[in-house]
Amino acid sequence: MVRILRKIKSAAVNPLKSSQPLGAAFAFLGVEGAMPLFHGSQGCTSFALVLFVRHFKEAIPLQTTAMDEVATILGGADHLEEAILNLKTRTKPKLIGVCTTALVETRGEDCASDIANVKLKHAEELTGTEVVLANTPDFGGAIEEGWAKAVAAMIEGITRSGARTRQPKKIAILPGCNLTVADVEHLRDMVESFGLNPVILPDVSGSLDGTVPDRWVTTTYGGTSVEEIRELGTAVQCIVIGEHMRHPAKTLHGLTGVPYAVFQSLTGLMAVDRFVSLLSAVSGAAVPARVRRHRAQLEDALLDGHFHFGGKKIAIAAEPDQLYQLATFFTGMGCDIAAAVTTTDMSKILQKVPAEWVQIGDLGDLEALAAGADLLVTHSHGRQASRRLGIPLMRVGFPIFDRLGSQHKLRILYRGTRDLIFDVANIFQANQHAPTPEALDPFRKREMPDELRSSPLTRH
Amino acid sequence: MTSLSAKIQDVFDEPACDNNRGKDAKARKQGCSKPLTPGAAAGGCAFDGAKIVLQPITDVAHLVHAPLACEGNSWDNRGAASSGPTLWRTSFTTDLTELDVVMGQGERKLFRAIREIKDTYAPPAVFVYSTCVTALIGDDIEAVCKRAAEKFGLAVVPINAPGLAGSKNLGNKLAAEALLDHVIGTVEPDDAGPYDINILGEFNLSGEFWLVKPLLDRLGIRVRACIPGDARYIDVASAHRAQAAMLVCSSALINLARKMAGRWDIPFFEGSFYGITDTSEALRNIAELLVRKGADAEILERTDTLIAEQEAIAWKKLEAYRQRLQGKRVLLNTGGVKSWSVVHALMEVGMEIVGTSVKKSTVEDKERIKRILKDENHMFEQMAARDLYAMLSKHKADIMLSGGRTQFIALKAKTPWLDINQERQHPYAGYDGMVELVRQIDLAIHNPIWDQVREPAPWDRQPAGQDDLASTKNGTATVNVFNEFAGATAHRFGNR
Repeated sequence: MVRILRKIKSAAVNPLKSSQPLGAAFAFLGVEGAMPLFHGSQGCTSFALVLFVRHFKEAIPLQTTAMDEVATILGGADHLEEAILNLKTRTKPKLIGVCTTALVETRGEDCASDIANVKLKHAEELTGTEVVLANTPDFGGAIEEGWAKAVAAMIEGITRSGARTRQPKKIAILPGCNLTVADVEHLRDMVESFGLNPVILPDVSGSLDGTVPDRWVTTTYGGTSVEEIRELGTAVQCIVIGEHMRHPAKTLHGLTGVPYAVFQSLTGLMAVDRFVSLLSAVSGAAVPARVRRHRAQLEDALLDGHFHFGGKKIAIAAEPDQLYQLATFFTGMGCDIAAAVTTTDMSKILQKVPAEWVQIGDLGDLEALAAGADLLVTHSHGRQASRRLGIPLMRVGFPIFDRLGSQHKLRILYRGTRDLIFDVANIFQANQHAPTPEALDPFRKREMPDELRSSPLTRH
Repeated sequence: MTSLSAKIQDVFDEPACDNNRGKDAKARKQGCSKPLTPGAAAGGCAFDGAKIVLQPITDVAHLVHAPLACEGNSWDNRGAASSGPTLWRTSFTTDLTELDVVMGQGERKLFRAIREIKDTYAPPAVFVYSTCVTALIGDDIEAVCKRAAEKFGLAVVPINAPGLAGSKNLGNKLAAEALLDHVIGTVEPDDAGPYDINILGEFNLSGEFWLVKPLLDRLGIRVRACIPGDARYIDVASAHRAQAAMLVCSSALINLARKMAGRWDIPFFEGSFYGITDTSEALRNIAELLVRKGADAEILERTDTLIAEQEAIAWKKLEAYRQRLQGKRVLLNTGGVKSWSVVHALMEVGMEIVGTSVKKSTVEDKERIKRILKDENHMFEQMAARDLYAMLSKHKADIMLSGGRTQFIALKAKTPWLDINQERQHPYAGYDGMVELVRQIDLAIHNPIWDQVREPAPWDRQPAGQDDLASTKNGTATVNVFNEFAGATAHRFGNR
């Protein structure tokens, strides 16, 4: 049983979280022709925009209803209406994804009926543009919750409901926000290699993969099409990656009856084996030779790599599903989780994290708990802690703003697990300490068995 | 909120601002914030502006009283440099939860947060920032700060600039007001001297003020406070004992300069350290102001000697780039001071300015640009992304200098681009800084990637050699074609 240690501090020190509306916007960015819209003051958008740009090194479509003092007092419905109409005229998006912020949620605005009114009043003008709403106050959740809410909102708002004729080869895939562009690309290849036809929502591999279009586009270009979202109900099976995507899958199931299977992680040999078996069962096809080859490569990577992992102490700070994905990977390689920090206590996956305890908190907590660890695993903001502690940092998640190509790192399926083993083993090898007589002196360095695995809880 | 409204009125009515002086009484009362268009707005909020101005004060704990987004999405994101303390890069926020908001626990949480920071980090001061939500739920941060200051014997400064108050620029000014109300003048220095100056609005981005400070050191001029770049709390608190001040980024902190002049008799001038002649002019102005305040006049001559010596070195260094940059066309797409400051130096090495944005420039700035450019058509207020892209993709400029916001317009149009705003990696101030800027322009324009990315893929090129390909039916021909392509590849990428 994992102990969940709740936050007791009043001052968050070096936040681990990015905000919930940012997570929702992120999901909308995986849809073709999309324009996420923050309903709040212009700073809410500006901060999220800058963070996205720093991470993806791309122009990011993201707009604001620009709530000012007057709108805050009188209500923001007019601003919302004006913003939707302006966006429609200026950028002709296929989807406007409204994400609320703490400002309008604190006011207690009924944005759902505001949007319904706008749609009713301007039905003709808004033809060809879907407008959906994700209620994402900044004072709750983090990226995962925002991402999942946006996907559920798109399914609720766009997907045609009712039992439909199922297309036997069509698979709906709802990936969690911890999958990179490379992950989604590879996932598609894998599913297609079984002769199946995957529809992935959201599909950041089409929109945030860093390409050079031959014209200037103000919305997203690439990603899941609105038409594909509308027709999700004809899939024969829905596959969910990450516990936080269970809710959108339930929504889809409720609307259309498409059955779903949840994979909490696709990293690690056994998790991938289960996934591949499912694909084989659904498609009725044998596992292709190339996939078998990748599995064999992973087996070899496990054999070659495990020397570097055994007994290493890992300190991870990440959103719940990513924490689970990485913690199970590391323990599966023979490491111990010395510290596990996450953003919110709302996720059921935390109970399955292979650690004695999980701290709800921030990078200040990680820094305090990670002393003596061999590796820090978190996003770029862990760089200060890494320097101060003298422990190498592996960058994962969002944001990664001081390294290039984070979205092209493959972390799932046989090949992604193989790459992850190599990347981590290389960090360990690059940070090896040469043996010294002092460090090896038996009279200085002798630990008694009960000291070997002292509970990290004693540090609290 | 009433005191905030009064503050906003006050900073909008800025007598030292050229724009404001040009307005009639009614227009002046409306302030200078243009109403934002929902769905078509860009830029940061007042909180953003306040934090930008204050955060580079390096030994202060900056505590943001807000739900997560205000701080969590924005911390440790600017390139100001510190020569010592790193506390300013540690992020503090009350990270309000739904429960805190609903139960009205904000003020208590804030008070406890201040105590935790004091106990763990013992900073000389805590700056507490209000934000939209905490303003909306009516948390009285001034009262909490006052109480915490008394209880903990520590400077706790309320920064009242919630995002909904307005733009980033307004936030800059509200931050200055907070310094005037709560910080500057609270500590009496024991070492005030006749050569003490303040530099206001210098952010020490990429450490660039360190390219200038040695010049002042050489002249025996002491920087009492550089606000905010690489500042310590005590420097700011005792800044009122300087003899003179230079205002660097004029639109941001003009109220600070003017009020310090009025309150403590610290005359100031607006200047820039971007560009060679501008740096010289700034040094000369500093010396003159100090002499006006009673310093020995011999400093003027020493300043001129230093300027002559440094300018000669800089121009000589720049001359080396003339041949490579002669006739290259520059598009400057950035606001205010930076535009005209660098124009002169770029033209000096033979570059041509094909356009400059004057969105943030004052009337005086525009006059200067006109004089230098000799063609008004090259000035534009603001260019839409689509137009900018069209212009660049037709290769009407060899490089664009701008901020991160338009970076990808240039890059997607396959045009060299150089960041000259706050996220940039290189220091451009002073004499050496201008040489560095020109060096970076040279590196950007002449990077070999441009030839590679501008060339279409071989199969997308004009169908000149298509017939040959179609006729390669027999084995020998196929091998020949293979060799030809292999050779071409090796030649293009391998033998540069």
